[in-house]
Amino acid sequence: MDGLWALIRDDLPALQIAVPLLAATLCILVRRPMAAWTVAMVVAWGSFLNAGILLHRVVTTGTISYAEGGWPVPWGIELRIDLLNAFVLLVVTGICAIVLLAAPRSIEAEIPREKHYLFYAAYLLCMTGLAGMTITGDVFNIFVFLEISSLSSYALISQGRTRRALTSAIQYLIMGTIGGTFILLGIGMLYMVTGTLNIVDLANQLALVGPNRTVLVAAACIGVGVGIKLAVFPLHIWLPNAYTYAPAVVTAFIAATATKVAYYVLVRFAFSVFRINLTFDGTHSNAVLMTLGIAAMFAGSLVAIYQDDIKRMLAYSSVAQIGYMVLGLSFANEYGLTGGLVHVFNHAVTKCGLFLVLACVVLRMGSTRLSAFAGLGRRMPLTFAAFVLGGLSLIGVPMTVGFVSKWYLVLGALDAGLWPVAVLILTSSILALIYIWRVVEVGYFKEPPDGADEITEAPLSMLVPTWILIGSTLVFGVWTSLSAGVASAAARMLIGGGS
Amino acid sequence: MIEWGLYNYWVVIFLMMTGLYVVIARGNFIKKIIGLNIFQVSVIMFYVSMGKVRGGTAPIEAPGFEVYSNPLPHVLMLTAIVVGVATTALALALVVRINEAYGTIEEDEIRQIEADEDAS
Repeated sequence: MDGLWALIRDDLPALQIAVPLLAATLCILVRRPMAAWTVAMVVAWGSFLNAGILLHRVVTTGTISYAEGGWPVPWGIELRIDLLNAFVLLVVTGICAIVLLAAPRSIEAEIPREKHYLFYAAYLLCMTGLAGMTITGDVFNIFVFLEISSLSSYALISQGRTRRALTSAIQYLIMGTIGGTFILLGIGMLYMVTGTLNIVDLANQLALVGPNRTVLVAAACIGVGVGIKLAVFPLHIWLPNAYTYAPAVVTAFIAATATKVAYYVLVRFAFSVFRINLTFDGTHSNAVLMTLGIAAMFAGSLVAIYQDDIKRMLAYSSVAQIGYMVLGLSFANEYGLTGGLVHVFNHAVTKCGLFLVLACVVLRMGSTRLSAFAGLGRRMPLTFAAFVLGGLSLIGVPMTVGFVSKWYLVLGALDAGLWPVAVLILTSSILALIYIWRVVEVGYFKEPPDGADEITEAPLSMLVPTWILIGSTLVFGVWTSLSAGVASAAARMLIGGGS
Repeated sequence: MIEWGLYNYWVVIFLMMTGLYVVIARGNFIKKIIGLNIFQVSVIMFYVSMGKVRGGTAPIEAPGFEVYSNPLPHVLMLTAIVVGVATTALALALVVRINEAYGTIEEDEIRQIEADEDAS
């Protein structure tokens, strides 16, 4: 055992990508659903553990730089893990591992059995892409991993129960490919100016080049491309359909990871590659981002209030939550960025928990329409209690994680001297209260329809992951040293102009 | 003498706008995918043009040649071509499934079918 550890201890960053990639093909070879699930489980939990080790190593010994294939940086491809992406990596792999616990029961009801092994293969490929995007130190690599994760997520979304999953998948594919191609174009322009693709080297070279129209156009292309993948208002139109019609666990997985990694890429480009002065000085890009963020907060929440399908309601709520993250970035100060980054963690945990609740509901009720929630508080008490707690976290009630991120966002707004924005953040929380309350009211105070007595509590294999996530919204709402501690250290590093 | 220096880039921009226009303006999914392909190809041409060094030869070391083109952007585009092929294959597979499920691949007709479903 010690021998094995000595062999792999220095290669952990590479294994983070290589193992899921190979395991995906293994899933296709074994074909049996439970065997494929076992492979995926071992790999996902192993990746989570690996991400934990990497974060610990970054905290204790500093940034990890890994030269892939032994080619020296900056000529070869570098995997570069610092506080920021170690944190995001831990969130992404953690969500992957926890959602996978609920997957077998949930997809049994939604996907034909003979396709299950392909589902797990696509799931692992998507995880590979997301982990790769997060830890790579090479901008072209970001594009490649982005496409790996996107292609597998289109395939996952198209597996939904209704035929509308197909149209929403191709809608997402068209938007996503346009976004990916814009990112590629931007990267090309950066390479044209600097002759390098390595993030650290790129930042140094760009500092020497100074303001330049090609660099500005590159920043605009990358901003639009990442904006589409992040679903920042008004580039979010693919998101509600994709989340609504995808299989329930796929929604839980993608809602909690894909947009979060896109947010990480935006932060990485804004603060590490272009550096803060180039991104914000003289371009008004923070004013644009701030306007879009605030518009998303209100438009997303307002539309959510009028949705009849609760899955769609939570999808619009995601648009609003992404608005908060973008708003945090646009303050370009330590508190604001901390708020944005900690919201990546908090929203991932909360929204994933809520979408798993919906997975339980759709398994038992066969629908996620508001009418299916009538009297659910009495028939599926544990499931519905999880919904209520997750909802409180979305609103941002104290003692939940949602409060922690809003606290930092408000501090960021005040620090930037923008108290009206702080008022807007609080006002938009009231809208969240309205759309959550609609469901709670129906769940607790409305009589269940006749002949629905046989509805029982969700199976344990789905309740456990749901409660792990909902439980962590409470734990990390009180104990903030992991989430907010690491996020604020990462924000300090980025604002300080580090790499 | 006519300056041809930026000719490639004008072609790139023309193709890019053509591709984007087709994606936005056409309702037929196959046509949208063709537009997407044109859009992607324009970026591939952009990279290939960028790697060209004036007076340079193919980057194969040989006596008598001093100036070589930059091979890196060309190599990157091999990956981008693979991504493009994979995207097109997946998109076409989805279009086949959509045709089976709806009996049409026109976006406005599908929208009409879905609106009728919602109304009933």
